[in-house]
Amino acid sequence: MKADIVLAGVGGQGILSIATVLGAAALKAGLFIKQAEVHGMSQRGGDVQSCLRISSNPIASDLIRSGSADLIVSLEPMEALRYLPLLRKGGWIVTGTTPVVNIDNYPAMEEVTATLNGFGNTVAADFDAVARDVASPRSANMALLGAASRFIEGITPEQIEEAIAIIFAAKGEAIIESNIKAFRAGRQVAADTVAAN
Amino acid sequence: MKQLLLGDEAYALGALHAGLSGGYAYPGTPSTEILEFIQQHPLTRERGIHSRWSSNEKTAMEEALGMSFCGKRALVAMKHVGLNVAADPYVNSAFTGVNGGLLVTVADDPSMHSSQNEQDSRFYADFALMPLLEPSNQQEAYDMARYGFELSERVGTPVTFRFVTRLSHSRGTVETADEAMPERPLSYPEKSRQWVLMPGNSKVRYRELLADWDRMVAESEKSPFNRYTPGADTSMGIIVSGIAANYLAELFPEGVPFPTVKISQYPLPVEMISRLADETGGNILVIEEGQPFIEQKLRGLLGRGLNISGKLSGHINRTGELTPDSVAAGIAKLRPELAEKLHVEVNAPAELVVPRPPALCQGCGHRDVYHALNDVLAEFPNPKVFGDIGCYTLGWLKPFNAIDSVVDMGASITMAKGAADAGQHPSVAIIGDSTFTHSGMTGLLDAINENSPATIIISDNLTTGMTGGQDSQGTGKIEQICIGLGADPAHVRTIDSHPRTHEQMKELLREEIAYPGLSVIVARRECIQTARRHASAKAKAAKGGEA
Repeated sequence: MKADIVLAGVGGQGILSIATVLGAAALKAGLFIKQAEVHGMSQRGGDVQSCLRISSNPIASDLIRSGSADLIVSLEPMEALRYLPLLRKGGWIVTGTTPVVNIDNYPAMEEVTATLNGFGNTVAADFDAVARDVASPRSANMALLGAASRFIEGITPEQIEEAIAIIFAAKGEAIIESNIKAFRAGRQVAADTVAAN
Repeated sequence: MKQLLLGDEAYALGALHAGLSGGYAYPGTPSTEILEFIQQHPLTRERGIHSRWSSNEKTAMEEALGMSFCGKRALVAMKHVGLNVAADPYVNSAFTGVNGGLLVTVADDPSMHSSQNEQDSRFYADFALMPLLEPSNQQEAYDMARYGFELSERVGTPVTFRFVTRLSHSRGTVETADEAMPERPLSYPEKSRQWVLMPGNSKVRYRELLADWDRMVAESEKSPFNRYTPGADTSMGIIVSGIAANYLAELFPEGVPFPTVKISQYPLPVEMISRLADETGGNILVIEEGQPFIEQKLRGLLGRGLNISGKLSGHINRTGELTPDSVAAGIAKLRPELAEKLHVEVNAPAELVVPRPPALCQGCGHRDVYHALNDVLAEFPNPKVFGDIGCYTLGWLKPFNAIDSVVDMGASITMAKGAADAGQHPSVAIIGDSTFTHSGMTGLLDAINENSPATIIISDNLTTGMTGGQDSQGTGKIEQICIGLGADPAHVRTIDSHPRTHEQMKELLREEIAYPGLSVIVARRECIQTARRHASAKAKAAKGGEA
């Protein structure tokens, strides 16, 4: 198997928590992983991106080639679109729909939504709401991961849930449970979207 | 044991497992995680390994050299521009040599993700006459730490490690040892003379060092990290260095068709490269991250004899980091017959996407300083503000547009002094607390000694903010340092940086700008990021206390 994933968001949103969980799950599944992160200046409210590559074979490059990513996973709708040139034909976008408007020339939200929907292979949802409905909005990242997991072959949802339990172990049972509930709800959102397509 | 580690972390763990006794560093992206990893590792506490931050890269380098003098293994870590600060002890450390292995770790930042230039540390190691190791992946970063210590002790000089952002800040699976080697015992250098760099000694040592160069080349020829891989198509050879090797491998998953030399240890292995030239009729493509170091060496001044392609020939991007895309484009440009194979269909960019530059956090005290400063400076026809390196560099961007220069650590104070010397008024410097103790104090002494009519604002957030909130060496001592250096206590003023002190801060700035001598204003508020972390740690501790 191979999954080349672009994780996107705005500095401070915590995209790396998704990478941490997926990385732990992949390691447990005996897969190879490479994950290029961005630290430093760009973390101060700027756009941030991480390339997460998972494969059953050794991985050479830390960066994903343009036109090769299987999946864009974004916490922010415009940031999802920033990385379209990295996505392969037939790849999917999984994104939260709540915009982070910290710039004065943020495009009209209707246009962002229209572009995302026009792309076709898109799962766009308010993952804050998805997480809030079953647990807590603080688990929104795990709801997003749940939706994304629908498109990652080679790692089972059970393996990811195990990883959630390990990563959040220090935060206690309640947080683990909340994150797992959000993860499952997010996965359902993706299943529903794919079924509707 | 298999672990998922950043390049920085893999290297730090490798050094710990190789019997490291001291880590020394000043935080700098992308090198910061090296010492951070050492700080939080259980072995560090168990063995009492040194891991506190140093005031700057020069002090860190010298401290590590002192530890090496005593026979123990030490490493120093910095970002590329930090090596400029540490250059004096660094270059001279090849002359003193080492007793315990010493690794000088420099993380370059091609593409300037978080830096002011793209300088390539390989040039430094070359003229300093010491070996350089350039890991190409996380596993090598781990393995090479131990190898590097051994190499350092074998050749008798420090070994420079060159990281780049995409290795420092990329995670990969790493197979690690289960336990660490013991530390080395205290011992003293056998050749004590060469540690005293008086001309008489240095002249002798310089000749030795030049003679040792051949030994270092021989080490590179047999290095397990330099590799010659034959290829069926001998119409061209490829030299790849460091992480460039990964991009080449990515483009040819079934194997590179051309003979290839992969370089991770310098000085360059002359015989290995000579063999490549012989087998390929002298047609060589060089793919290297950073500046065209290898390419320039192969071309020489006249560029005759070999047919070298790379950055200088315009095939590989000269600026910015390499990517699998840029390497593919370079190869396709050179060998059009491969263009189709290397081509990937790419989605058009979404036109509505706009840039999202970084910004100071909401609730950051630097914001309050800039608001007040901008209001006051609007009262003058030609105010100039000399900035410095840190989060407050973002004051150049909208909405503040508050600074006129950013050059290097500490340059705000000295440039403001120089501008004041030239007759500039108001001449204002803005510098953070950590940058001040890194390289601002000595410049302040110059300004104090001449009572230069400049206004120095130390925006003190009690931490090294930009790199993620590491301890700052001057915390709690800033005013004391300024007064100790000789600043007039009446013109060392302190104020909280907060929206509610806006009017007070403006008044204070007006007074000190009007004062025809040197003033220091310490504007203080804890970094909002570290404040949050401290608050949650406190809450956690309180909760723990109840249970």
